[in-house]
Amino acid sequence: MIGLLLAETPALPLDEAGKYVAGAYVVFLVLIVIYVAIMASKLQRMEKELRELASFAEHRADGETAASEREEVSADV
Amino acid sequence: MYGKGLRPLSIATVVAIAAGLSLVFFYAPLDADQGFIQKIFYLHVPLAMVALVGFIIGGVFAIAHLRSGNRKWDAYSYVSIHMSVIFGVAVLITGSIWAKASWGHWWVWDEPTLVSFLIVFLMYATYYPFRYAIEDPERQARYASVFAVTAGAFVPLNFMAVRMAQSLVHPRTFGTANGGLPGSMMFTFLVCLAATALLWVTLVKLELTAKSTSGQLKRLRRALDAPAPGGGGSRIAPEVS
Repeated sequence: MIGLLLAETPALPLDEAGKYVAGAYVVFLVLIVIYVAIMASKLQRMEKELRELASFAEHRADGETAASEREEVSADV
Repeated sequence: MYGKGLRPLSIATVVAIAAGLSLVFFYAPLDADQGFIQKIFYLHVPLAMVALVGFIIGGVFAIAHLRSGNRKWDAYSYVSIHMSVIFGVAVLITGSIWAKASWGHWWVWDEPTLVSFLIVFLMYATYYPFRYAIEDPERQARYASVFAVTAGAFVPLNFMAVRMAQSLVHPRTFGTANGGLPGSMMFTFLVCLAATALLWVTLVKLELTAKSTSGQLKRLRRALDAPAPGGGGSRIAPEVS
């Protein structure tokens, strides 16, 4: 694929000029990658927090169910 | 809410960037004066234009915030400015590379276009410490909006002042003296400009979605942290930093 692309490329002057042009485009790409990496780490943090909240909510729901069952049993007695 | 339409927007951005890069390297002719170096133009100029327009958009959102008092507009303003500052970093770096390749210097201090962009960039770099130095959220949003409106008004004034300055060093993209860009170059440039604008919009939307999700999580934490009915008073772990 890359070979085909390079074959189609109209004689790119990959000497001094090519170095600078590649540098500029690589800088742009690196900035985008850094930004995406920061967003990914934020997303991971949020996922961790959401998991923690979900497990807390489940525990609380279980506790409430157990408490209401105990109340029903004591009322029957 | 903010995440709606993010997926098609992201796909459109990727397609536009791929189309732009293909046109730059396979379609647009080499510049007669600068040769291959001129390819940086298709990256540097759209980034600069989108960053400057982004600053103005941040100011417009800030006006909406000051008029309505709705914090949503403050979030829009903040994220617009934030993204434009990131684009500004790319503009300064790619501009320096282009300057080194064409003029032999990484930076030229007597060139108004470069220095004026640096001034705008540095002005917006002070937005963060200014904003986060204020603890009260209401005051923080209000003062930041005033800053965004003032700075946003400065951007077009600065642009016009530079245009009026008589300098022949920095190339004029749409100058009329030499007939402007040829058709193929102009078409490539417009596709690159559209791709960069789409990238800006996508990243702003992504950032807003992340901020909104984070806010919703805080709300959920507060709601769950409230004592359970019937006492108990169970508390959840402190927020994940």
